[in-house]
Amino acid sequence: MNQERHDTLDQAAAWHDAGHGVALATVVKTWGSSPRPVGSQLAVNDRGDFEGSVSGGCIEGAVVLAALDVIRDGEARRLDFGVTNEQAWEVGLACGGKIEIYVERLE
Amino acid sequence: MRRAILDEIRRARDEKRAVALVTNLKSNQQYTKYLIDLKKNNSDIESYLEAAFRSDSGGVFAGEDGDNFVQIINPPLRLVLIGAVHIAQALASIGAVAGYDVTIIDPRQSFASDARFPNVQICTDWPDDALNALDLDHRTAIAVLSHDPKLDDPALSVALKSPCFYIGALGSKRTHAARVERLIEAGLSDDDISRIRGPIGLDIGAKTPAEIAVAIIAEVTRALRREGSP
Repeated sequence: MNQERHDTLDQAAAWHDAGHGVALATVVKTWGSSPRPVGSQLAVNDRGDFEGSVSGGCIEGAVVLAALDVIRDGEARRLDFGVTNEQAWEVGLACGGKIEIYVERLE
Repeated sequence: MRRAILDEIRRARDEKRAVALVTNLKSNQQYTKYLIDLKKNNSDIESYLEAAFRSDSGGVFAGEDGDNFVQIINPPLRLVLIGAVHIAQALASIGAVAGYDVTIIDPRQSFASDARFPNVQICTDWPDDALNALDLDHRTAIAVLSHDPKLDDPALSVALKSPCFYIGALGSKRTHAARVERLIEAGLSDDDISRIRGPIGLDIGAKTPAEIAVAIIAEVTRALRREGSP
């Protein structure tokens, strides 16, 4: 897991160096069975490219959309996903877990 | 996140220094804290950080200033084996599967051969020099396996002065008692010597080298996950 996180941070730095807007999404809390541990990260650039993982695939799409908003307005956000959340069901987090994700812009 | 903080974390990772990134989830303020800068029992957040470094998992700490998210960036886990013996062959494999970077130290080149230990980092320096060069940290476990005091004792002397989280030594109760006497004679304190786990490994009735390796990696895991500070 460490190695994945490292690649994610390096990718964020590389995009930033290339002049892209970049956001980092990090799993800050989990409840129940969630596929990725606290600290897992996803880096997103302003074209919607991403590197890393916060859920093993089921909510990455929604996180990337939120990250694009964060890149645009610079406001950090806390996102909740869980099976009780209709949106989460749509994006496929049907694994009985709940996760909270913090999304921030790289300044 | 400021770019300077991202680069600081990447640098700490490359230099294998344990660092935590603390983010206040209300104000979005961030700062870094290094394990070596933590003071014992200084504050709630420092106690939280200490435990988070040990367990290698961060989380949310509720402080007076609201929720703080702690991200832990630890150096990789390492397992250092003294003595390229039969048990070391099994332990090198099981240790790698359990997530450790494994290094074997044995100055006897016929023991420490690539043929016996494919894909394992081998060092044929004398154990005390070899361990000093490895810069042992709180993410390192050391298993002393050679059965030869000429190799085991210098290794233990260096290991006991390091912050490594696990030190085990192979040998029966009688062998271990003799070893303790030699180490006392060499000037090590009872407190230091009590850090050595001997006979090594959890008591699961292990008989074969592979079973003994399982017992050792189980004991290392318990030290890492359950016991906290070294």
